[in-house]
Amino acid sequence: MAEKLLEIKNLKQHFNVGKANEVKAVDGISFDIYKGETLGLVGESGCGKSTTGRSIIRLYDATDGEVLYEGESVHGKKSKPELKKFNRKMQMIFQDPYASLNQRMKVMDIIAEGIDIHGLAKNAKEREKMVFDLLETVGLNKEHANRYPHEFSGGQRQRLGIARALAVDPDFIIADEPISALDVSIQAQVVNLLKELQEEKGLTYLFIAHDLSMVKYISDRIAVMYFGKMVELAPSEALYNNPMHPYTQSLLSAIPLPDPNYERNRVRKSYDPTSHNYAEGEDVRMREVTPGHFVDCSEREYEALKAGSLKV
Amino acid sequence: MEKILQVKDLELSFNTFGGEVKAIRGVNFDLYKGETLAIVGESGSGKSVTTKSIMRLLPESSAEFKSGEILFDGRDLTKLSDKEMQKIRGKDISMIFQDPMTSLNPTMPIGRQITEPLLKHQKISKSEARKVAIDLLRLVGMPKPELRMKQYPHQFSGGQRQRIVIAISLACNPQILIADEPTTALDVTIQAQILELMKDLQKKIDTSIIFITHDLGVVANVADRVAVMYGGKIVEIGTVDEIFYNPQHPYTWGLLSSMPSLDSEDAKLYAIPGTPPDLLEPPKGDAFALRSEYAMKIDMEMDPPFFEISDTHKAATWLLHPDAPQVEPPVSVIERMKKFPGSRYYEGSAN
Repeated sequence: MAEKLLEIKNLKQHFNVGKANEVKAVDGISFDIYKGETLGLVGESGCGKSTTGRSIIRLYDATDGEVLYEGESVHGKKSKPELKKFNRKMQMIFQDPYASLNQRMKVMDIIAEGIDIHGLAKNAKEREKMVFDLLETVGLNKEHANRYPHEFSGGQRQRLGIARALAVDPDFIIADEPISALDVSIQAQVVNLLKELQEEKGLTYLFIAHDLSMVKYISDRIAVMYFGKMVELAPSEALYNNPMHPYTQSLLSAIPLPDPNYERNRVRKSYDPTSHNYAEGEDVRMREVTPGHFVDCSEREYEALKAGSLKV
Repeated sequence: MEKILQVKDLELSFNTFGGEVKAIRGVNFDLYKGETLAIVGESGSGKSVTTKSIMRLLPESSAEFKSGEILFDGRDLTKLSDKEMQKIRGKDISMIFQDPMTSLNPTMPIGRQITEPLLKHQKISKSEARKVAIDLLRLVGMPKPELRMKQYPHQFSGGQRQRIVIAISLACNPQILIADEPTTALDVTIQAQILELMKDLQKKIDTSIIFITHDLGVVANVADRVAVMYGGKIVEIGTVDEIFYNPQHPYTWGLLSSMPSLDSEDAKLYAIPGTPPDLLEPPKGDAFALRSEYAMKIDMEMDPPFFEISDTHKAATWLLHPDAPQVEPPVSVIERMKKFPGSRYYEGSAN
């Protein structure tokens, strides 16, 4: 898993630049995504996690910083063939299975859109076969190809979204809250499907969500964002068992678990950003406290965390 | 305990172009004073329709009470006229909706929205109502309430808006508060705050709460009792411990095991196969049978009655019939049952 697929370096995404209402949605984050892994990205609404995903896939032009896909920059000026090359490698699954499928197109054409754009099918017959195969891959069948999106349930639609993303045979998929709009029993179906596909095709995922228990289940590593910054990045187990940043601790303490005894004794921590007492100009950045476990902290906090983690 | 609301054999259908959708097919439950009853189930299971029928918020043109009654204060709510119902709604029974973005009027300052039920249901002057409203805002934890009274919904965050909605619903000290997924649209940290607020307020004004959600974590947090709905029926009802540590219905098993727990290993997540039943033509027998690996022949033919496990715990599944074979619940459910005195997997006190 050592091979880097994506490198995100000091990515910034600001909106309304230069105006009074400038929003620093993503404000200088850096991380790597390794080949074949699932990186979970969590945080509250408005923390910039969706914006991060959208900037990586070039739905937005980054304000600053760069995104390297296998060493090549995603942003900046590109010719059409170059763009196509990137678009084939990266695909996205969206949150709302109702809004993300064109209601006036048949399933066949929705899924085949990418195939057509990239000219992946030689003739109509091959195109049809590809769509049928994709439908089967995601647990639907070929009779579904001639229907319209409104004829499907939420879970089935999300399967269509997955089939569409897979149509161009990508290596990397950004899943932006793919299960938030689904029922509990259906969520498990979709998550299992995503996991199976990953094993079969060796896909790499960036899984954006706010449901932390599902993120822990699907992710190898998890990154936590707070107000446009990344505050902690660690392997899933380490993040849950030993959260170091106070915001991560507060986030974890807020999740209700389906266990009444635990709930009766749960103590919620709240996070106060001023509690750090950073001095003016203090060097606050991501530091590796234990191998693979990065925390946004100052030199002083770093020493304390290091001492604390050594005790454990 | 005092029963404050009784729902008896409630059946309700929607008349649509496609035919009659049997949304509620015989629902029975009681609500006691001061308790929180959580209703869980997937979309289309009838949980929202049940509560909306208590509030009589369903369109009269298509929704039709088939049978049954909803007894509140000695009166059957299904038989009341609109006028009589208006006197109850917002005063004795009030409701918190899911989406705080759309349940407030965007063109009205929030102060006026909070005083509205007060002026309508209580004989008080505008200035008195204003005082009560400010107190309410303070009660739900809104800083600078005097200033905030003049502001419009868009000037508040999602969590603050839900606090305002709660303030409105509590304005007349209702006996019953119905909360329909009040925290689903909110972040976990905000959700935790709102749940704490609701529990605090419940203690203060001793109201009964019906809490609808599909998040079992939230249920474990707020509920005293839990009703599990599937296909327009309650399939299992019991205290929160009974439902989480000694569940009996295969659907409850499925729900509990399809959620990953934070300490779970990387085993494959259990997914309930298939999709919820089509209530245009409800299946014969047990509605869950087609998705259940525990289904027996009788499940396809006859609807199971309720079997009592304890005074407070009932489940509608043929598995509890004395003649039924004993089956093994999923592993994660057995783990839960080990913690429950009285279940057959009990392993002694863990505490």
